[in-house]
Amino acid sequence: MAVIPWKPAGEMTHITKNTTRVDAVPKVTGKAEFSYDVLPKDALIGLFVTSPYPNCTAVTVDTAAAEALPGVKAVWTDEGKVCRMAGEFVAAVAAETRDIARDAVRRVRVEWERYPFVVKAEDARQPNSAQVHGATRPNVNRAADDEAGDVDAAFESAAAVVDGTYSTQVQTHTSLESHGMTCRWDDAGENLRVWASTQGVFSVRGELAGALEMPESSVVVTTDYMGGGFGSKFGAGVEGIVCARLARDAGRAVKLLLTREQEQTNSGNRPSSVQHIRAAADAEGRVTAFDMEAHGTGGYSQGAGFPAPYIYGVFGDPPSIPNRRIVRDDVYINAGNARAMRAPGHPQASFGMEATMDELAYALDIDPVDLRVLNDPNETRQAQYRDAAKRIGWSRRNAEPGADAGPVKTGFGIGAARWGGGGGGTRATVEIHSDGSAVVKCGTQDLGTGTRTVVAAVAAEQLGLAVEDITPLIGDTRFPPSGGSGGSTTCASVAPAIKVTADAALATLFGRVAPALDAQADNLEAVDRTIRRIDDPSKSLAWADACALLGAEPISETEQHDGSLSSRGTAGVCSVELTVDEETGDVRIQKVVSVQEAGLVIDKLTLESQLIGAVIQGISYALHEDRVMDRLLGHQVNANMEFYKISGAMDIPEIEPVVWMAEESLSRGVIGIGEPPVIPVAAAIGNAVRNATGARVAGLPITPRRVLEALEREGRAQG
Amino acid sequence: MPEHESTPDDTRADLEEEQADAREPDEDGAASGMSRRSFIKGVGGTAVATAAMSGATETDAAEASDGPDGVRVANITLSINGEAHAVSRVEPRTTLLDVLRNRLEYTGAKPVCERASCGACSVLLDGKPVYACSILAMDAEGHEIVTVEGLLDGDSLHPVQEAFVEEDALMCGFCTPGFVVSVAALVAENDDPTLDEVKKALSGNLCRCGTYTRVFAAAQTAARRVREGT
Repeated sequence: MAVIPWKPAGEMTHITKNTTRVDAVPKVTGKAEFSYDVLPKDALIGLFVTSPYPNCTAVTVDTAAAEALPGVKAVWTDEGKVCRMAGEFVAAVAAETRDIARDAVRRVRVEWERYPFVVKAEDARQPNSAQVHGATRPNVNRAADDEAGDVDAAFESAAAVVDGTYSTQVQTHTSLESHGMTCRWDDAGENLRVWASTQGVFSVRGELAGALEMPESSVVVTTDYMGGGFGSKFGAGVEGIVCARLARDAGRAVKLLLTREQEQTNSGNRPSSVQHIRAAADAEGRVTAFDMEAHGTGGYSQGAGFPAPYIYGVFGDPPSIPNRRIVRDDVYINAGNARAMRAPGHPQASFGMEATMDELAYALDIDPVDLRVLNDPNETRQAQYRDAAKRIGWSRRNAEPGADAGPVKTGFGIGAARWGGGGGGTRATVEIHSDGSAVVKCGTQDLGTGTRTVVAAVAAEQLGLAVEDITPLIGDTRFPPSGGSGGSTTCASVAPAIKVTADAALATLFGRVAPALDAQADNLEAVDRTIRRIDDPSKSLAWADACALLGAEPISETEQHDGSLSSRGTAGVCSVELTVDEETGDVRIQKVVSVQEAGLVIDKLTLESQLIGAVIQGISYALHEDRVMDRLLGHQVNANMEFYKISGAMDIPEIEPVVWMAEESLSRGVIGIGEPPVIPVAAAIGNAVRNATGARVAGLPITPRRVLEALEREGRAQG
Repeated sequence: MPEHESTPDDTRADLEEEQADAREPDEDGAASGMSRRSFIKGVGGTAVATAAMSGATETDAAEASDGPDGVRVANITLSINGEAHAVSRVEPRTTLLDVLRNRLEYTGAKPVCERASCGACSVLLDGKPVYACSILAMDAEGHEIVTVEGLLDGDSLHPVQEAFVEEDALMCGFCTPGFVVSVAALVAENDDPTLDEVKKALSGNLCRCGTYTRVFAAAQTAARRVREGT
């Protein structure tokens, strides 16, 4: 059957409209069963023993005293494990209660061999630094060394040259539900049942089956509800594999989730960056050259890359910044490794590039919005800059920074986002039963983004039903496969797959009920819980009556995603108004506007929630978050939630989410947007602080201390 | 303004001495299998049934029994959502959150920071929002505990829960029970809160998905419903 295009937006009943989140009720009543809530009969609680030193080997691991403790049912050890950070997993116990497990952890005796360590990137780059990997691998890896055009000549002929060093911190995901799972071996150890907190039920299944050397078909992974991942939860992880092994050894189910401290240190982060950027522009403001020397750390073995020059340096013919030189190093330190985090690399890239653009705008006395429109070839964003500026009240912006009277200064800033996304690799099954029920099965998972709602809304749209008529079943490897929820690909993968499959199921239903309406199947349509003839709508069957004709043979169709229904590449712009108190350094965000293109919008309500959430995470990154490492002990000082600050209720300004509903965007098909709206928030805030005070706070997070230091550098410190 | 309290009453000092002595539970307690949710399920979760099964009588912390290793455990009765729940052989160090989630079936309250900074485990104790991760189960005896599950009136949502659904005041949902409990406590005290009052009342709850804006709207919608009796 040929794939049918999406209906025009104007003819949609559910799609493009607000659909109430279908799993909101279980979530507000406490009845939603998260992976952390699953506790099978007789389940044991697992806990890890971790390395107390940042660079060491667990030479011997003695669990005898722990095993002797009543209630301890299984142990796991990794003797000989080389630990490149404090907090590495070297042993684990499974016990009747968490209290007993904690006692047992304390009784595990480990003999450690310790090595010199380094936990700050600036220290690790020094020639006499301790070596993270001993003699086997240097601390610094040249990750990029590229040059195009004639950079030096471009700087010589430029109308304006700016030069700045911008830095971004390590940000931890801080998912509220920690990593981990519950494992139970069934059928005399033949089959493994897993409840995981994950962004990819199939990727967890694959990793577990591989590690345990068993067929994937013998592993079932379920994620009904999961408490946040933000890019950090794709694999089974050490915690998952150890959980399965403990459960096998104990002959009982085991629940093993990381403690908060372990969650903060071991489950990933956004790498840091230090970006020394020189840029040149011609008199009209066209950026002609970009020269960056950068480094950053992604922990003891991960990279710290980011795209540059961001947004305004699009490769094309001719490229929008023709002359560019980029040298970038990855720096290893004895601290937790990076993992993908919401738009990996992009917020860092945005912070350096948008600051550079604003400095060029000041140097050339051009409005920052005009400068961006001039340098950004993306037509959607060109319109979005104007829209976001208008909505934030850009006309009230002082062209002269710090021009307000008094110590509290108002500033405006703007920044842009791009993202690829795209969809694919998803199958679904739609069943229509004789009782009228419509069941949709898809092995995707809902991270809180609204995927379950998307599944129900698309099926309802195509079947002519109400959203509550659909039973959406997701989050289980027994359903048709879908990919991990990363790269903002979920909605663009799942919505088209559901549409194609629902269309197929409906076509089958039409074929079965056509005789009862005296019509050909292609002369039928499904509208408002009714199947009716297109040529004579008075000849109709209620949905329930039509389904009753199915008798003992329900319909079950399985189809897959079609690329004509989704798209990749999206545009977004963020604008900010804030105040800075020059006496205290306090930054108060007044308002944030987030304008985001999303292609064909499936559920406007949950999409706007995503925009709001991204803005809040962006504020948190801009003002609060920072992983702090202790130079002397090599530990993360703030591996908790009171000193690793994330934004709280008191930090939240007015936020205006704007879904870009232009016809040319809606007609592009579905595009996921989980990631892009987080990208430009910190950059726009940084630019607004600069506009408010005239001082550039060049490092994240923008703390009161950094604001005061920047003011002092500008000779504007108060008192 | 409701505030989060870490100690519900002054029995804590008495218990600290016991805690100092507390080591591991005796073999009996560990191997009895009675410390699991399945046990409570099996006996219907009533005080009488539990006492009968365990051979113990209803008792309080003061009459706690000694295990062979000197740890003092107690059979306690907790009032949760208006129902009395007997919980046998509770260690002094065991938190209310641990008992709610792992020995009873109340998994609405979530363990996140486990040190009273995030509010995901918020429950009402005598009407005030508290962090269940930082209250000892023994200390909760004699108080009325209401969890997010207990806000339901039969199958009907509490006005706060209704407002959360309408305003989409949740994303992943892991922090949501804690926010619902905090908002319920707020609107019970103040049915016409300003935005600032809402923010202050919620300053003990953290959300990582960034739902605050929607939660503020839900709190004000819920307050209006309560105020207007609709």
